[in-house]
Amino acid sequence: MNPDKSADNRRVLARLLLVAGLMFGFGYAMVPLYQKFCEVTGINNLLNADDAVRNTQVDTSRTITVEFDANLHGLPWRFEPGQTSVAVHPGELVHAVYRVSNNRNHPVTGQAIPSYGPQLAAAHFKKLECFCFARQTLGPGESREMPVVFVIDPALPKDVTTITLSYTFFEVAGTLAEPASKPGRPGA
Amino acid sequence: MEATHAHGAGHAHGDGHSHHPKGVMRWITTTNHKDIGTMYLWFSFAMFMVGGAMALIIRAELFQPGLQYVEPEFFNQMITLHGLIMVFGAIMPAFVGFANWMIPMMIGAPDMAFARMNNWSFWLLPPAGILLTASMFVPGGAAGTGWTLYPPLSIQMGIGMDMAIFAVHILGMSSIMGSINIVTTILNLRAPGMPLMRMPMFCWTWLITGYLLIAVMPVLAGAVTMILTDRHFGTSFFSAAGGGDPVLFQHIFWFFGHPEVYIIALPAFGVVSHVIPAFARKPIFGYTSMVYAIASIALISFIVWAHHMYVVGMPVAGQLYFMYATILIAVPTGVKVFNWVATMWRGSMTFETPMLFALGFLFLFTIGGFTGLVLSNTAIDVQLQDTYYVVAHFHYVMVAGALFSAFAAVYYWLPKWTGHMYDETLGQWHFWLSIVSFNIAFFPQHFLGLAGMPRRIPDYALQFVDFNQVSTIGAFGFGLSQLLFLYVVLKAIRGGEKAPAKPWEGATGLEWTVPSPAPYHTFEEPPVLSGAKGHE
Repeated sequence: MNPDKSADNRRVLARLLLVAGLMFGFGYAMVPLYQKFCEVTGINNLLNADDAVRNTQVDTSRTITVEFDANLHGLPWRFEPGQTSVAVHPGELVHAVYRVSNNRNHPVTGQAIPSYGPQLAAAHFKKLECFCFARQTLGPGESREMPVVFVIDPALPKDVTTITLSYTFFEVAGTLAEPASKPGRPGA
Repeated sequence: MEATHAHGAGHAHGDGHSHHPKGVMRWITTTNHKDIGTMYLWFSFAMFMVGGAMALIIRAELFQPGLQYVEPEFFNQMITLHGLIMVFGAIMPAFVGFANWMIPMMIGAPDMAFARMNNWSFWLLPPAGILLTASMFVPGGAAGTGWTLYPPLSIQMGIGMDMAIFAVHILGMSSIMGSINIVTTILNLRAPGMPLMRMPMFCWTWLITGYLLIAVMPVLAGAVTMILTDRHFGTSFFSAAGGGDPVLFQHIFWFFGHPEVYIIALPAFGVVSHVIPAFARKPIFGYTSMVYAIASIALISFIVWAHHMYVVGMPVAGQLYFMYATILIAVPTGVKVFNWVATMWRGSMTFETPMLFALGFLFLFTIGGFTGLVLSNTAIDVQLQDTYYVVAHFHYVMVAGALFSAFAAVYYWLPKWTGHMYDETLGQWHFWLSIVSFNIAFFPQHFLGLAGMPRRIPDYALQFVDFNQVSTIGAFGFGLSQLLFLYVVLKAIRGGEKAPAKPWEGATGLEWTVPSPAPYHTFEEPPVLSGAKGHE
């Protein structure tokens, strides 16, 4: 093959390798891009506080039963809701607590992830304060009461009369030794 | 191509002056595009047999409701490995093999642009194939996530999952290098007088496929790397424990996964665009529109990925966008189908085995395309998601589309590779057995899916028994028919009627100007093209 051809070939090779490298980076760039996208559009807003309640009228004509559920996933903790259920009116500011304690003799870091039943209730369940917004580190044998403050949006569809708020605490891998990046909020 | 002189024919002497090693070292050290093409094709066939055996295990288990032969965990591993092996081990290497063998001969180049890298991209494949198959025998077994490798399951599985991830990395590197080679060859090594818009259609499809591969394989590599670091290095891209989101994986995966569909389909389109004109004895209808159709299919394939995810929770606006964008792909695809049919219109058609497979492709791929349109409708997909309707749809596209086109390619070019005509009678038997058993195997799965049978489950409700039994019988028929294919190919390699340089009356292109079998070195001097269109 003549030399000018092979210089041409190497130039194409370098360009295509660059494209491949950039696309590998693009795969990773999708992580913050999606995060931003979800933040802007308000999709899948699990870990951030919702906007403060804007001039909401309490809809006393409806009563919603909110049930509380607690699960552990691979954590040596005790985790339970302070109340099994409460009856609330849409628009009303509600305080609830969860109790959690670390049974081990070393500090453990966990992260709670909320989910809702029915799923469509998620968009109308506004959490103003929640222990699930940050990682929680519990010292050896430590117990805590942790708050959830929420408002149910009056726009909740009429046929929903019961909402289950369910938390699962996961152990955060690789954080046993290091201190939690954001210290957990102190118990209420 | 009347004016093209049989220049390549004069270069058979090229065989004499090279001192390549003999025996197994010849194959390990070879940088010859024909040797490497041959190895790709045999590797692909071996993987096709392995993946096919797994499919038969799946179908045997599904012959009756309840658990007969395998445990559900093993069933899931078979589902996963069957998918990974068929997509990455069988179909993709087959078309890279055709590209290696034929593209240099079609464009009048002496070899691929980077002959050594070509050797490397092939020899990466066997370790990946071994990693995938060996993962069945490690503690915990192979990955059981399905070929899509969705977390959270892929974060929780055993060492077999790590082996699958490494296999995907290696396969990805191999495809990226292979594509860079093919793209560079097509861009830089065309014979003088062959502009891009006059090169053979198979080269066009591979040029665009090459770009697609270079763009999306790194994204898949990134996605599986994230799974790997989630598993072992404490990151939490997808693991909910650290604030990650499993749905994110699906978005990244399908950003790769949907173009991947066209990575498989486009070279198949290219083969059919050679076979149909050859046996209809007419030039391809609408060459320019074919090129634009391929390019627009490739571009649109980047913006439709979430139609695989309608039910993960998406705003209605998103569902509508992805639905309309997906339906849009039917337009360029329709242009292609129209052009193939128009090529045959008033052609002097004969029905040798390559043409039969191309026609089988045309009919069945169109059915697969239509069921794809059905699935693209969000409202319908909500019911059909993860049912056998989807399984039937993508097997019509992957098997009757890509695989049948690969069979057409093998029969079409086998005389050029071996120097012998294959046994036409047996070839036609292979076609009829394949197409009948394929439809017996997969057509009933549409009904199963519409009736609500979920995919990837080893057991099913009693009302699904009849169609599952029909499907299993068809699947075994299809699997056994492929042994006939192996026999036909071996028979043609060992002997048979001598093939002339151009065994097909209507075939056009530079590859038919060199003798059959093609000498070890072709077009060491570029051929002289005088004004004739390369694709005619």
